[in-house]
Amino acid sequence: MDKVNVTIDGIKIEVPAKYTILEAARSAGVKIPTLCYLKGINEIGACRVCLVEVVGGRSLSAACVTPVTEGMVVQTQTPRVRNTRRSTLEMILSDHNRDCLACIRNGNCELQTLSETYGIREISFEGTKSPSQYDDVSASIVRDSSKCIACGRCVAACQKQGISVLSFINRGFETAIGPAYDISMADAPCIYCGQCIIACPVGALHEKEDDERVWNAIMDPKKHVVVQVAPAVRAALGECFGLPIGTRVTGKMFAALRRLGFDKIYDTNFGADLTIMEEGTELLNRIKTGGKLPMITSCSPGWIRFAEFYYPDFLDNLSTCKSPHQMEGAIIKSYYAEKKGIDPKDIFVVSIMPCTSKKTEADRDEMFNPSLGVRDVDAVLTTREISRMIKQAGIDFNHLPDEGPDQDLIGEYTGAAVIFGATGGVMEAALRTVADILGEQDLPAIEYQAVRGVESLIKEAEIEIGEHKIRVAVAHSTAAARKLLDDIRDGSAPEYHFIEIMGCSGGCVCGGGQPQIDAQTLMDIDLRTARAQALYEEDVIMPERKSHKNADVEKLYQEFLEQPNSHKAHALLHTHYQRREIYPDSVLQSNDTE
Amino acid sequence: MATTTRLTHDEKINKLNKVIDKYRGQGRKVLMQLLQEAQAVYGYLPLEVQRMVADALDLSVAEVYGVITFYSFFSLNPKGDNQISVCMGTACYVKGAQAVLDKVISELGIQVGECTQDGRFSIHACRCVGACGLAPVMMINENVYGRLTPDQIPEILAKYKEA
Ligand code: SF4
Ligand code: SF4
Ligand code: SF4
Ligand code: FES
Repeated sequence: MDKVNVTIDGIKIEVPAKYTILEAARSAGVKIPTLCYLKGINEIGACRVCLVEVVGGRSLSAACVTPVTEGMVVQTQTPRVRNTRRSTLEMILSDHNRDCLACIRNGNCELQTLSETYGIREISFEGTKSPSQYDDVSASIVRDSSKCIACGRCVAACQKQGISVLSFINRGFETAIGPAYDISMADAPCIYCGQCIIACPVGALHEKEDDERVWNAIMDPKKHVVVQVAPAVRAALGECFGLPIGTRVTGKMFAALRRLGFDKIYDTNFGADLTIMEEGTELLNRIKTGGKLPMITSCSPGWIRFAEFYYPDFLDNLSTCKSPHQMEGAIIKSYYAEKKGIDPKDIFVVSIMPCTSKKTEADRDEMFNPSLGVRDVDAVLTTREISRMIKQAGIDFNHLPDEGPDQDLIGEYTGAAVIFGATGGVMEAALRTVADILGEQDLPAIEYQAVRGVESLIKEAEIEIGEHKIRVAVAHSTAAARKLLDDIRDGSAPEYHFIEIMGCSGGCVCGGGQPQIDAQTLMDIDLRTARAQALYEEDVIMPERKSHKNADVEKLYQEFLEQPNSHKAHALLHTHYQRREIYPDSVLQSNDTE
Repeated sequence: MATTTRLTHDEKINKLNKVIDKYRGQGRKVLMQLLQEAQAVYGYLPLEVQRMVADALDLSVAEVYGVITFYSFFSLNPKGDNQISVCMGTACYVKGAQAVLDKVISELGIQVGECTQDGRFSIHACRCVGACGLAPVMMINENVYGRLTPDQIPEILAKYKEA
């Protein structure tokens, strides 16, 4: 690799020639502030917060986009840099709704941190504020443009997803960030993946909060509140309490949920094992009976919405399985309710998820059980929301003992379920079970390395089981899904049997409901790998690592569902999809004069 | 006054499709050209046209809309045969341009940026036209009207209604 020598604030350092000044400074231990920069996503040099002086240059340079050159001498602390940096910050703050105390990002906001670091005490140009919009119509995402600093990080994140719902609109003082016609996110062809929320450095985009409804249910003595928590949450929740990225907090997480006062605590991993039984059976049936192939997984509601909006011709390829937490909710309201003698109407199911799209999923018409008159799941909380509830309850998370989920009826889970949270995990879990069934044996080799990892956005493998050959593919991020589906459409892809698609890159561990990590920290790590490793760690220590070995799932079939894909299983655990229109004229009724 | 032969919607869509086909599949780099030609054919760029353009270039509607709203020569709304601009520059504003604009709005029953049902008039927001000595100023097509008071408006508009 080509290297160059640079001097930054008097520190001489050799760095790769492809580095920017920002990256070189970081290597030298010099911190240059950033705001619009987000590594690999938004590198457009828009905000000017990172300006530095390059000796010999006439104007200041944006460190995040200026490449280093041999012999370059950079100064980041001259009076000129300090003054410019301060007035840039003041300019941004002058058109900002600075209600930090009542803001969802209070304490975790890149703008707030910068103001604090650079000692902003007053804002000299107090200008008029741009007109703003507060949109909380959708069940997943809230957009508060009074907090928006027009950094473009969300626009780039959504573009990276291959969707581009958000865009810069108008210009000059009226520049805004939003969907076309600045319509509500509820009317836009948005999949609610929340990658824009993760990218936003401030409080302009955030999840629609449901914690108040959950508190009320917990406090209501008539409600039997059952909580379930998705695999990916344990890989990231610790970050909200200052623990290092990648710390697995399974034990403390269950202890915290118990202290919050939920009546019953379960792991969505049970639902994941159940999903494998249903989905694996569906796959084998489709292969045997010449059904629609490739079959594509349906665990990720962001991906489902993406297919409904953008690839409706693939809806018949989707597995009809509900996602694991919806399956588990449906079982809690039926099997569990029956066994415990509780009226399903008195049960309130809360799902703790790494995902913002799950909020809208739980609200879908298809997730309502008409014969019982109840929803599968009553509230979905993101990892961030549950972390705030834990803090509000005064629970000292880091000093909690390790506990587990409740053990009765649906308490058990296997290693196969835990890895659902990482890209390739659902595929691997399915293969562990399908291989055993097809091969009619208990195969010892269960780790499918080919479908793991984030090096490539699309992964492929061919698995031989006896005389059977199964061709699979795994795609993470909707942009990768787009590529894969386009190749299938035009016939350039091989004939796959089974495809796993997750809406977010890296899978659920990097879902839109996970903790936001600041752009500077993200320069040094791959969040997807760091968090996934926590899940693979848990897989290895589980006594059972194949879904069909889950004793509670087996019992559920014996005593209630009969067998996978039975009539009853279909009624409770399967669903269907609908084509959705992109920007139908109706979204504009008031605007369009044609 | 301008075009009296109006194309039907279908005719315009036909012409538009020809323009769009020329650029199909070429991506973002031809977006500006395509939008200019589309506007020339269709007159303006409503959602329906944006969807067609987005689809042809593999872009999202929001990306297309973003570009349209960035450049002032693109229009989201139809333009009337007679285009009315009331100057809202500082000089005109101080001399009562808002009252003049309000009168135009109430006379025609449409807002700024909109076009009347019959396609005769549209109202456009407008910065200083450089006729500050005549403030407040209104332009209809190429014609300048100065030192206006709201009560003169109906009479002026009447001339264009007859034509
Ligand atoms: S976005 Fe940040 S700076 Fe703005 S009000 Fe919220 S916490 Fe404060
Ligand atoms: S939720 Fe996803 S699809 Fe929707 S605007 Fe954000 S990044 Fe784009
Ligand atoms: S919404 Fe957030 S990420 Fe998007 S431009 Fe505004 S501040 Fe930046
Ligand atoms: S311009 Fe470099 S961080 Fe914004």
